[in-house]
Amino acid sequence: MVAPLFYIFAGLAIAAGLSVVLQRTPVYSALSLILVLCSLAVIYLLLGAEFLAVVQVIVYAGAIMVLFVFVIMLLNARAETPTDRSRFARWLGLPLLAAFLGEVLFVVLAHFADTPLSSGEAFDGGPRAVGELLFRNYVLPFEVTSILILVAIMGAVVLAKKQL
Amino acid sequence: MATLSDFPLLLLATLAKVVVVLVVLLTTIAYTVWLERKVVAHIQSRWGPYLVGPHGLLQPVADGLKFLFKEDIIPDQVDRLIFCLAPLLAFTLAFLSISVIPFGESVTLAGHTIPLQITDLNVGLLFILAVTSLGVYGVALAGWSSNSKFPLFGGLRSSAQLISYELTLGLAVVGVVMIAGSLSLREIVEQQHGLWNIFKQPLGFLLYFTAAIAETNRTPFDLPEAESELVGGYHTEYSSFKFAMFFMAEYANMVTVSCLATSLFFGGWLGPVFGPPIVRSLLPVVWFALKVLTFLFVYIWIRGTLPRFRYDQLMNFGWRFTLPLALLNVLGTSLIVAWRSA
Repeated sequence: MVAPLFYIFAGLAIAAGLSVVLQRTPVYSALSLILVLCSLAVIYLLLGAEFLAVVQVIVYAGAIMVLFVFVIMLLNARAETPTDRSRFARWLGLPLLAAFLGEVLFVVLAHFADTPLSSGEAFDGGPRAVGELLFRNYVLPFEVTSILILVAIMGAVVLAKKQL
Repeated sequence: MATLSDFPLLLLATLAKVVVVLVVLLTTIAYTVWLERKVVAHIQSRWGPYLVGPHGLLQPVADGLKFLFKEDIIPDQVDRLIFCLAPLLAFTLAFLSISVIPFGESVTLAGHTIPLQITDLNVGLLFILAVTSLGVYGVALAGWSSNSKFPLFGGLRSSAQLISYELTLGLAVVGVVMIAGSLSLREIVEQQHGLWNIFKQPLGFLLYFTAAIAETNRTPFDLPEAESELVGGYHTEYSSFKFAMFFMAEYANMVTVSCLATSLFFGGWLGPVFGPPIVRSLLPVVWFALKVLTFLFVYIWIRGTLPRFRYDQLMNFGWRFTLPLALLNVLGTSLIVAWRSA
């Protein structure tokens, strides 16, 4: 049951990912990105990580992408007009992309070739398990990240406000 | 626990539950519209619908038929794909979140215990928040794809409003989650056997209901469809059944919000149970329905009473008043929970 679902949603994620890059209209790109994020959430679900899956949808698809779409709508951006593409990108783009994808593929095949698609029933990805891990084993990284985000928020406020 | 031989029966039971819940939800939506027209009419010293059926009771049927037979106009300059996708998205997402709401305890049928809930996710509450947070796309994309200025303004307002009040909505329910120690709605309801959460989280409830009214685009927070400024807001260019889908989505969201308020703060299906076994197993569902109906009535009552906010008032109220209060509520509740468990 897990394997076909995995291939459907992995394929959907890749197709939508390509569509993000290839679409001419910004709103279509943003919508494709939402589709990528939601397919990834389904893959998390297949791995038994329910909490992560739902949070992925809430945070990325439901909050961050709403801001993207909001800005695109505010600028009322319609289809992009193609500018003169840089010569650098034309000659080096595809080879660099191929090299990068090849590298990723090599690492995955070399190290994770026999990892099962699903970790099965034994894995607990519920909110309690995630919370215990975060606040017992990884307290320091968690708190450091939250301070980092706080600093970023304050920086954004300072940049956006002309007078404080 | 379910075994493989139970699988066809489980599937059948789940399908039956989905059908029943959908039919009940659609009927509730139709009659909430009727109730709204009636109650608002009486608040304004009018009669409301009276001609179709006794007390206008068949009015929803007439309205539905009218929506079906109207011409479906797609304006020339719209983005056709997204224009057609937006109402579908709003409609589907609005109906999706009802799937984790528990309506009652469980019934025993031919030796199998069937819980009265489509599915009990252990992250049920977060699932509803996730689906609600996606709901904004229906409105925002409808506004954008219409390629017309009033819908665009409606869509923009709605995205800003939904992002702002989503924070309060999420934080307001954190108190309940901390008291229950679970995100599963069934466990949250069962934990309220002694005392309903409204008595433990009065501030949390007020904040939840305020934010929920804003999230469902209802008066006094209905700026995305303020007809005096924006013609009709995000759905100005929509007609016929596409408009009906937005309309039904709004009422489905109202029902979901009321179901969630009932489950989180008012003990869900809990209530006095008595009488013969058949009554005993049905009474919880009746209590649940009555509580939800009360919330729907309050919704309509508010609409009939309060004027609409100005846009800057709405933003100030959301960010400077409800959000800090919600944070304070989380802080206070966590201190009490920590003190109790220490």
